[in-house]
Amino acid sequence: MILALMRRTGIFVVSVAAASVAVFLFMAVLPGDPAQVALGINATPELVARTRAEFGTDRPLATQYFDWIGGVLTGDFGRSYVTRDLIGPQLADRLGVTLWLVGAAMVIALLIAVPLGSFAAVRHRKLSGTVISGVSQLGVAVPAFLAGILLVQVFAVQWRLLPSGGWTPPDQDFGEFLRGLILPALALGLVQGAVLTRYVRSAVLDTLREDYLRTARAKGLRPGQALVRHGLRNAAVPVVTVLGLQLTTLLIGAVVVERVFVLPGLGSMLLDSVAARDLLTVQGIVLVLVIAALLVNFLVDLLYTAIDPRLRRS
Amino acid sequence: MTTAVKRRTPTLTAGAVLVGLVVLVALVSFIWTPHDPTRVDAAVRLLGPTGDFLFGTDKFGRDLVSQIMVGARTTLYVGVVAVGVAALIGTPLGILAAMSPRWLGEFIMRVNDLVLAFPALLLAIMFGAVFGASTWTAMVAIGIATVPSFARIARSGTMQVMSTEYVLAARAAGRSRLVIARRHVLPNIAGLLIVQSSVSFAIAVLAEAALSFLGFGTRPPTPSWGRMLQESQELLAVQPRLAIVPGIAIAVAVLGFNLLGDGLRDRLDPRLAGRR
Repeated sequence: MILALMRRTGIFVVSVAAASVAVFLFMAVLPGDPAQVALGINATPELVARTRAEFGTDRPLATQYFDWIGGVLTGDFGRSYVTRDLIGPQLADRLGVTLWLVGAAMVIALLIAVPLGSFAAVRHRKLSGTVISGVSQLGVAVPAFLAGILLVQVFAVQWRLLPSGGWTPPDQDFGEFLRGLILPALALGLVQGAVLTRYVRSAVLDTLREDYLRTARAKGLRPGQALVRHGLRNAAVPVVTVLGLQLTTLLIGAVVVERVFVLPGLGSMLLDSVAARDLLTVQGIVLVLVIAALLVNFLVDLLYTAIDPRLRRS
Repeated sequence: MTTAVKRRTPTLTAGAVLVGLVVLVALVSFIWTPHDPTRVDAAVRLLGPTGDFLFGTDKFGRDLVSQIMVGARTTLYVGVVAVGVAALIGTPLGILAAMSPRWLGEFIMRVNDLVLAFPALLLAIMFGAVFGASTWTAMVAIGIATVPSFARIARSGTMQVMSTEYVLAARAAGRSRLVIARRHVLPNIAGLLIVQSSVSFAIAVLAEAALSFLGFGTRPPTPSWGRMLQESQELLAVQPRLAIVPGIAIAVAVLGFNLLGDGLRDRLDPRLAGRR
């Protein structure tokens, strides 16, 4: 158990290190000199050289990498080449917005998928089960940003119930914060809920065919009771895997939804930095997103072993 | 084909019909569209559906039907190249990982997991930042991000084939790994790969739409469903039709490829029918 845990932790650490090198190198091979980009084409060669020294981009790549990653480990992502502001604090602020969005979307997805998916599995030979499968299939085909556009059209433009975009921090006005969060979270969550419903259904269907569930029924439990008491935990193993993969999808999907709803999250920060060719900022955001994806996979691995004792031995 | 088998594959039929529809529309657009999809004409801007313009026109007076038709081309083009890149890199990698010594196989799959941490959208935005956004950077980025799915499927399929008796016999007869890979492994995992291609195609269509929506995919004036959605946003309050038409097109294509993939999977492995 401990050995397996150490091995997985080791793989995670090595993956994060490799990912950081990959992100750094990708940005470093870029055509164009950040100093030149920041100063514009009319800058004198002396000024460019001075700015290069200020950015530290005149040093060997290895030095630059270790300097950057050393800073990142202490939360210092460097200063933006364009605005000259510290990247770290802004990154933390924006990440907060994105995490609220992703967290709320995840909750919505689970609230939809677990009951609907289980119901569709139990009634898979009945019309109601088939209808749920069909609707979820349709939901998978709708891009989250399209769902967002349609939600805005109905709830913000026509019924004027909720704001069409914008962000109020939760500590400023919690009610307004919630109202602003509902539509973007629904846009992300509804689509992910449709994806998840399909997995919950197939996981529950698999579980329903197990002998221990038949035994539970034989003891006199009704199908629903047997499922809740014995089946859901087992159905949870494959669902947790998908949930982990989906968290990564949600983080990236947030980029698009943030653009639809004009939210100041990590995604819009990424797009703005790309547009401004603010490459050190892009580098920092990409690193955060990639580490988040690796971290989620790592945690899913750990959660696995917690849910399924059989996996602890392997 | 008996009726019993036919009855079990409505998914496959529905998927084939929807995908066929998208392909047909794209093919027809090469020889005929009702109007020039890129022709700007202020006199007919923002028309509602009429006899001449079936779905109406956009803010530049461009015909929506013609844009959707040529946009289908873009969508299929991106899907084919992205899935092609993914299959051509991922399949040999997966087979290699399954047939090579354990350490090498492990190494390939670890690198694979690392690529998995770079989702298609993120990779495409990075490519766009470095090389400038275009249909090409979007296709290649989506393709690379899809490599791990193919490598995983190819690896697990190959491992199953490698443990069969006819492969053992072929190895005993002294056939080289390359011959075994080509003669025994590839034909046996081809079905799995086709299913994966269909599912990946659906994901690629979604990714392209999202990228064009963000301005990181197909550049104007080439029509693209994602960009049509982006352009519709400012006029949403007055002209929701501008978002609904490309939205339906995207949903039809994605639904088609997903259903096709599911249907093919059920057909190839009847035990799984109705499970997903």
